[in-house]
Amino acid sequence: MGGSSSDAPSWLVAQFPAPLKGVDAALLGFARALRVVGVNASAERLHAFLRAVDLLGPTRRTDLYWAGRLTLCGERDDLERYERVFAAYFGSGEPAARAMPAAPVTRLRVVARDATGSRTTTQREAEAPPMAALAGSAEVLRHRDFAQLNTDEKAQLHRMLAAFALRGETRRSARRRPARRGDVDPRRTVRELLRRGGEPSRLLRHTQADRPRRVVLLVDVSGSMAPYADALLRFAHAAVRGPRTEVFTVGTRLTRVTRELSHRDPDLAMAAVSAAVPDWRGGTRLGVLLREFLDRWGQRGMARGAVVVLLSDGWERGDPELLAAQMRRLRRLAHRVIWANPRKARPGYAPLAAGMAAALPSVDAFVEGHSLAALESLAAVVRGADRA
Amino acid sequence: MRAGLEATGYLVDEGLAIACFLALRLARPIFCEGDAGVGKTALAAALAEALGAPLIRLQCHEGIDASQALYDWDFPRQLLHLRAAEAAGITDAERLESELYDRRFLVARPLLRALETQPSVLLVDEIDRADDEFEAFLLELLSDYAVTVPELGTLRAESPPVVVLTSNRTREVHDALKRRCLYHWFDHPGFGRELAIVRRRLPGVSVRLAEQVTGLVQALRAEDLVKPPGVAETIDWVRALDALGASEVDAELAVSTLGSVLKYREDVERGRGLDFAAVLSGAMEVP
Repeated sequence: MGGSSSDAPSWLVAQFPAPLKGVDAALLGFARALRVVGVNASAERLHAFLRAVDLLGPTRRTDLYWAGRLTLCGERDDLERYERVFAAYFGSGEPAARAMPAAPVTRLRVVARDATGSRTTTQREAEAPPMAALAGSAEVLRHRDFAQLNTDEKAQLHRMLAAFALRGETRRSARRRPARRGDVDPRRTVRELLRRGGEPSRLLRHTQADRPRRVVLLVDVSGSMAPYADALLRFAHAAVRGPRTEVFTVGTRLTRVTRELSHRDPDLAMAAVSAAVPDWRGGTRLGVLLREFLDRWGQRGMARGAVVVLLSDGWERGDPELLAAQMRRLRRLAHRVIWANPRKARPGYAPLAAGMAAALPSVDAFVEGHSLAALESLAAVVRGADRA
Repeated sequence: MRAGLEATGYLVDEGLAIACFLALRLARPIFCEGDAGVGKTALAAALAEALGAPLIRLQCHEGIDASQALYDWDFPRQLLHLRAAEAAGITDAERLESELYDRRFLVARPLLRALETQPSVLLVDEIDRADDEFEAFLLELLSDYAVTVPELGTLRAESPPVVVLTSNRTREVHDALKRRCLYHWFDHPGFGRELAIVRRRLPGVSVRLAEQVTGLVQALRAEDLVKPPGVAETIDWVRALDALGASEVDAELAVSTLGSVLKYREDVERGRGLDFAAVLSGAMEVP
């Protein structure tokens, strides 16, 4: 900290009429504080911000507020962070006119040079949430078992799960789409020809389009799966944003929860699911429920050609023979049957549970499902990446 | 600025007024995001009216490409030109060829038209529906206000048009595009402002009806609906009730006309279960 006025804490600079540099340093520090909390205030945005402040004249607090909000923010999530930093930086309430010194004309050239000189913002940065530290822990969290997370870690996990995407393996569809190469598309070519007065023009081509296969998730919500059910359903919620995904819960009953999960907000969706599912933490009747699924939905088309994923530990209370029979039936219908078992990652695991052992012969891929990293690799298997 | 917009019947709050002011002075596009029916598209119309400039609208859709948005060569006219030249016996092939790619054979689509019309307001509506590739087309246009036609060279706007982009957030628009714009998030308006908007748009409707319906819609927005109603729905609802000859609304009438605000079966079912009478008696106490 030097003795010159431009080295004073930036909020002080903002409060008192200062030489020209002081204002710019304050605005710059403000933009930097925004960057620390995750607003993408890039150089180009900053440039626009300074021009906007210059135009409006930094005399009124509301002008300054809107100039920054309009130029520095880029999405809705930014707004809340912006509000917070703005309040911290320029004071939260009235009197409005006091926040910025009156009238100094800002010049861009000065700012650019000042950017390196101002060390006044470190104090502010220290107060902001340590995002860098959070980013480091994300990698660790990816490999942690869902069952062993504390509340904070769970909250972070939920945010990471929300960013998930699940796409089915693609298949060749019967429809064709316009393309640069492929067969000549007679209809479009002739139509183009007519439009140009019958003069032969270029040949238009089309090719067969690929479509992602439907993905059907069957999530086990029985007692033995209790530590995982919440995380897996959130995973399912993220997956449902894809257009062709269906989700069912199995326990002692079969419940279709696709509609409940279609709420955009994960917490609302989870609340809707827990209201709709009557059999949380009960027993497991996988065989009976799988038969019900195939009778009511699967046979009619939902499972046909689809990628069916069972998220279960395979602890079956009912007759394993029934489960085995239904799994064979499922396999004949579905394109691929994937079983994700959270317990598979435990050291010394062997598929000894009666249900699991009965089902395995009909399963195309048997994967883990206990951590974020495991779910990522599950998503890769669903996408068909393991076979490519 | 604000007075100019309000004269057209479009009410703005302070933030939006500043956004419009900056858009004009900085020659930057305004990127409008918000729920459907909060007045994003109407902003462009109001701006055009306030500035006395024509509104040029480009509705984005999946698969939109440069020939639909920027320009296209008028092939039949080019052919006609060739035939005419043939008939007139012109044989200077080189000159003829260079004539073919003349500005007069270029069909200006909305984006090019906006550059060539001075002044103008360009509305790029629902940019989130267009593909990623289309955003790249917009980049050159929005940063330089210029379009490059390979055969003709770069066409530049003498004074840039006012550009309004809208998005319903069905897809995240690329940051390269957004950072060239002023970002404005449209919130649902508060009771007072929404009432003022309704009264401005529907001056013939009874004050009490407008107040009641605005209160109801504000209450509905607080519910957990698949699609919360926007201002457009409020106006629709008032208009529907007015068409039925009502000068005020009771719970029964509200339920029977619910279809004009709630457009999902789940929402309507949920709406039926609400206690409108309580909201109505409560709504009157809101200042």
